[in-house]
Amino acid sequence: MDLSYTPQEEEFRARLREWLGKALPTLPAKPSPQDWPARRAYDLGWQRMLYEAGYADVHWDASPTIRLIFLEETEQAGAPYVGANFVGLLHAGPTIAAEGTPEQRARWLPPVLRGEEVWCQGFSEPDAGSDLAALRTRAWRDGDDYVVRGSKIWTSHAEVADWCELLVRTDPEAPKHRGISWLALPMDAPGITVRPLRTLAGSAEFAEVFLDDVRVPVANRVGEENDGWRVTMVTLSFERGTAFVGEVVACRRVLGELAAEARGNGRWDDPVLRRRLGRLNAEFRALWRLTQWNVSEAEASGGVPGVGGSVFKLRYSHARQELYDAAAEVLGPDSLDLDRPWMPDRLSSLSYTIAAGTSQIQRNIVGERVLGLPKGR
Amino acid sequence: MRFQLSGEQEDLRGAVRAAIGRRAASGSSWLVAQFPAPLSGVAGPGAHPPRLDRGLWREFGELGFFSMRLSEADGGAGLGLPEAVLAFEEAGRALVPGPLIATHLAAGEVPGAAEGEVVVAAADGRLVEWLDEADVVRRGAEGAVPMKSVDPLTSLHRVPAPARTDPVAVLLTAAEQLGTATRVCELAVQHARTREQFGQPIGAFQAVKHLCAQMLVRAEVARAAVYAAAVTADRADIAAARLLADEAAERGARDCLQVHGGMGFTWESEVHLHLKRAWVRAQRGGGATESEELLAADLAV
Repeated sequence: MDLSYTPQEEEFRARLREWLGKALPTLPAKPSPQDWPARRAYDLGWQRMLYEAGYADVHWDASPTIRLIFLEETEQAGAPYVGANFVGLLHAGPTIAAEGTPEQRARWLPPVLRGEEVWCQGFSEPDAGSDLAALRTRAWRDGDDYVVRGSKIWTSHAEVADWCELLVRTDPEAPKHRGISWLALPMDAPGITVRPLRTLAGSAEFAEVFLDDVRVPVANRVGEENDGWRVTMVTLSFERGTAFVGEVVACRRVLGELAAEARGNGRWDDPVLRRRLGRLNAEFRALWRLTQWNVSEAEASGGVPGVGGSVFKLRYSHARQELYDAAAEVLGPDSLDLDRPWMPDRLSSLSYTIAAGTSQIQRNIVGERVLGLPKGR
Repeated sequence: MRFQLSGEQEDLRGAVRAAIGRRAASGSSWLVAQFPAPLSGVAGPGAHPPRLDRGLWREFGELGFFSMRLSEADGGAGLGLPEAVLAFEEAGRALVPGPLIATHLAAGEVPGAAEGEVVVAAADGRLVEWLDEADVVRRGAEGAVPMKSVDPLTSLHRVPAPARTDPVAVLLTAAEQLGTATRVCELAVQHARTREQFGQPIGAFQAVKHLCAQMLVRAEVARAAVYAAAVTADRADIAAARLLADEAAERGARDCLQVHGGMGFTWESEVHLHLKRAWVRAQRGGGATESEELLAADLAV
């Protein structure tokens, strides 16, 4: 058990910290959350800066520990999050890198790294949420194209994306996991309609995407026809790897701010609240250690994230909601004012136990794949 | 960074588990010794103050359980807190009775403690465990009064003045709790895989499956916290580890009892022993309050 970093890792951290100190003051002002084109430009601009400084591919080629340090340092410095680059860097990109042909990698990966193209994700459907493999969006072969008909939902950044990683059913006769293919859909193709969905936080973070006989070249299929489920699992395992490092760092910062606020407004004198914050301190310290544990495990196993991701996500998503509930207790009546700090985040955090696999699905995964309990009938 | 068990640490854990397992299989295990025949003459808590098995104590001495952190020149193995935590985790999961922590902390200071020749007890907060079996009593056991201990395998006295808390004792307690958290999860899963109702193993029902999954989640979060605290020996890390480990052990044992249904409520099932021991350990080190306040104060700096 060793929590110390190697000299090379420490050197990476020092260089990154120095660069962040110089680069962040040159960033333009943060755009309004409602202004999608401006958000796209801002997020791509940040990725471009990372590319020019040599940090663009840290999510792909660096060791899990280097990735951990990168996410820890950028969050601590207040750098922008991946934002519109999320799917390109953390979903579609790794999938293409792992499963694509040399031509596909050459076409799609460099623009992601250089901050030139945005990807979105077309996985979930109105009738295929937790049961993703039940998806029904159909694709037929017609010459050198697939013709795609169906609809997708919860597609973040659909309004400003250049590409969509799309799961379609290419064999409706096969068992549900075996008739799915993975396509790169150009978002400017005729027949695509994007309808933004407003979240309970008030923002239009994601959208429905309707596909009305959209033509996609067969050459845009990554992996074999009907092998898309396996290709997709590669992507999802990336999502459950180091995806939450920055967020744990952010939660620990918020907790410190909450303590300062409580000291300022007199709530600190309430031992029940104080102990609640103390317990959250334990919680996020432990989650940070679990992150380090999982990263070390991934390092030892050649970079493949294990089921530790499900254990982490279950606990973290709940803890983050608890954090903002505690924030509301610190603020009292002011917690109803969305201009107060943390309160918009409190609303956003309600999605954490649902997105990327609900807590109930995660418990099934832990129960069946880790503990070996039988599947229900 | 390699925050995983080293090969040597895996070996050490395996050796401790094997030694405890041999003892349990020999028919002289503490569980058998305390309950010679099922239900015969077993009269609930406190009826017979438990006796400590001196043979077991010497075996633990020979194993190096008490002396492992002493230097080799002093007859120890020169090991650190991470190794001690792994050993105490194993003792915790097996419900090994006796003042293990007090004796371990006395090694090198109290003659005979390192070898397991002497049983050492010490007050922790307002409690002393195993006072009536101790050869040497350290720290404020004056005015001790016996209690009717909830745990049939731990004798308890209360003391009028609270004794100070040793962070290493808190850490080793957290390791024991982690052992319990892991063990009760295993017991629950074992039962859920084999017990059938409505024509299928009860573990196939999500209501039961999710209880088991949460037990594992709590245990694994606690494991990361306890092992990290063993590496850093930082007071806030230790306080965090104990809160997470207490939760994982107490709630885990409760859920394990629930998964076992009616049998879990019986004296003959071992489940209640894990829960009761977890309750005893949760009172050490000033209880949860002291750790929560320490971690709250840590936020303000």
